[in-house]
Amino acid sequence: MSNTRQADATSRWRALIVFAAIVVLFLLEGTTRNALFSGSWNTALAILNMGLISAVMALGVNMQWGYAGLFNAGVVGFLALGALGPVLVSTAPVQGAWAAGGPRVILALVVGFGTLVLAAQVWKRAGRGWRIPALIATLVVGFVAYRWLFDPAVMAIEANNSASAGNIGGFGLPVLLSWPVGALLAAGAAWGVGKVALGLRSDYLAIATLGIGEIIVAVMRNEEWLARGVKNMSGIPRPVPYELDLQNDPGFVAKAAAWGLDAATASGIWVKLLYAGLFGVVLLVLILLAELALKSPWGRMMRAIRDNETAASAMGKNVTGRHLQIFIIGSAVIGLAGAMMVTLDGLVSPGGFNPLRYTFLIWVMVIVGGSGNNWGAVLGAILVWFLWIKAEVWGPALMHLITAPLPEGGLRSQLLGGAPHMRFIAMGLVLLLVLRFAPRGLVPEK
Amino acid sequence: MDVLNALVALSNFVIIPAAAYGAQLALGALGVTLIYGILRFSNFAHGDTMAFGTALVILVTWGLQALGISLGPLPVALLALPIGIALCSVFVLGTDRAVYRFYRRKRSEPIILVMASVGVMFIMNGLTRLVIGVDEIRFDDGARFLVTVQQFKAWTGLTEGLALRVSQVLTLVITALACWALFRFLNRSRAGKAMRAYSDNEDLALLSGIDPERIVRLTWIIATALAVTAGTLYGLDKSFKAFNYFQILLPIFAASIVGGLGNPLGAVAGGFIVAFSEVAVTYPWKKVAGYLGIQSDGLLQLLSTEYKFAVSFVILIVVLLFRPTGLFRGKSV
Repeated sequence: MSNTRQADATSRWRALIVFAAIVVLFLLEGTTRNALFSGSWNTALAILNMGLISAVMALGVNMQWGYAGLFNAGVVGFLALGALGPVLVSTAPVQGAWAAGGPRVILALVVGFGTLVLAAQVWKRAGRGWRIPALIATLVVGFVAYRWLFDPAVMAIEANNSASAGNIGGFGLPVLLSWPVGALLAAGAAWGVGKVALGLRSDYLAIATLGIGEIIVAVMRNEEWLARGVKNMSGIPRPVPYELDLQNDPGFVAKAAAWGLDAATASGIWVKLLYAGLFGVVLLVLILLAELALKSPWGRMMRAIRDNETAASAMGKNVTGRHLQIFIIGSAVIGLAGAMMVTLDGLVSPGGFNPLRYTFLIWVMVIVGGSGNNWGAVLGAILVWFLWIKAEVWGPALMHLITAPLPEGGLRSQLLGGAPHMRFIAMGLVLLLVLRFAPRGLVPEK
Repeated sequence: MDVLNALVALSNFVIIPAAAYGAQLALGALGVTLIYGILRFSNFAHGDTMAFGTALVILVTWGLQALGISLGPLPVALLALPIGIALCSVFVLGTDRAVYRFYRRKRSEPIILVMASVGVMFIMNGLTRLVIGVDEIRFDDGARFLVTVQQFKAWTGLTEGLALRVSQVLTLVITALACWALFRFLNRSRAGKAMRAYSDNEDLALLSGIDPERIVRLTWIIATALAVTAGTLYGLDKSFKAFNYFQILLPIFAASIVGGLGNPLGAVAGGFIVAFSEVAVTYPWKKVAGYLGIQSDGLLQLLSTEYKFAVSFVILIVVLLFRPTGLFRGKSV
């Protein structure tokens, strides 16, 4: 008994220490200006905002990995689907796009999905000898019908004002409404993958999610009718005021002056603070829900399944069913983070959806923070994000120091040129070291 | 109806490129499947091992070229390949010693080893970026074509041309040699038999006095040699770009699962199945169909090339749904 109490006490301290370290790092970034820190509150808050979004992603991954031991290697895909939420719900409608081919695209998608459902039914119902021919016939007919409906409609939509739009457009609804939609889109995809790959060996889910992640990113890059593909979708509305409006508001300028700041800096800081507040509220609500769930009988069941699947299934728990449930919930949280991210950026740029950055870096955050512990995942996410951003500056600085004795020339410039890539090596090392020497992370599960 | 021209077009655009690509995937999948058979985890760092090894080969190639060495019609990279393999093997054995051995001794869950391989992937990715950068690099020298379109047209008098690139022929020849050597090694040699025994049943192999560390070292060296060869051939055939090697991971996994994880013969078959489906589905069939007397307004392309990874994915899903152990009965699920 005393052992457990001891463990509780230390882990509570650990969370506080990590939290204090993060606070100190952000204070340094905001106030001191030297080789290591920028001394700008605008930069510090920008890092914090993306850190909070990373924390939401880490919460989602932690649900899948920490609660259930599921390896999702396609985080970037669920994130990209979440990013679709604001595009489809909140951007302004595009003149003439819906008339050009909207209903036909919807019909094509319904036919495509219907074909898959029908194929599954054919496979279940058809007699033994007829199964395979019937399945192939269904798929071929469905595919031809889908392409016949889909292609002309997409051509028409993309031809509509293709220089500045060429996409289907949104409904112009408030952007906060689009966040749950992003979560729902990601949850839908997770249901599909989970149905297929759960219940097999644990590596298979990893490989299948790796695949779905790459496919979703490919869709985002190429389907210009959806979100303009690599042409990027800008102009996603904001839930907070624009800097320019604040700078033109005499009341705000006067207030900024009272704080001793010029209007440009003050407006940047104020907008970022509003975002930070918004994201912070979402994060706290999610943590609260996650903690409540984890302490409920459902949470105990999840952990029991994670720790011993055989025993749990012998107790009559539906292991695959529970896994599917947690996989969908976790992916929905990742999708929510995706919607939050494009709201912060005001921009969807599918060219930037890189699996190393958006899948495996999130994994490093969860493992470093402490898998299975929500606070750990959140603190780990903010800390690792801070280090990831700063490593881009610190890497070359370190390289300058190391290569100082070398003569000017090929090797030195090669090393200096490659120095920003050192953060990949650093992250790999951090992941391996934590996995080896502190497998429970900075803030271990209780 | 012009069957001859249709056949030539088919070979030029589908059969030859798919065969070369399939051979490259097969070599990669052999590595994945061997590591799975012996070490029992899916190595996510395999793509980046290919990239890192190829980067080393390119560096050695540049060094040799600077010394004025040339192989005539063949690319100098062939000469650099053994050196690249040796250097990359040393690094990979280092990762085994520093990372994987600990979890192997502890008999950790496979998923922990997968996670560790993600860490190794990060490191190798960073090293590749550090030594060679992220730009596209062409490092093929020597002759580019064995048969050019003009030559072929002049010889045969057909309207459709056929090009045979040196890199494609090299890929097929080297893959055939590598597979022959590997299967001979696995079936005939003492060490190869020990490897198969270890893959079948670890404990029994230990009881018969097989040294597991030796088997593991051997596996890493063979898998690295295959990976670096595959990566170099892929780079010669297309071009070297570090990120492409991460993306090729999915077709390679698909190939090894289609064939049955842990089954080398299956990996080779799987590589060709994935490559042929990928090329066939993303090829616009309009030209071939035209020669066969079917005129069409559309391109007759089932999927645009950007979605080629979807093909691997669908194959993967179909196999997982209907035959999770793969076509050749690999390790159980």
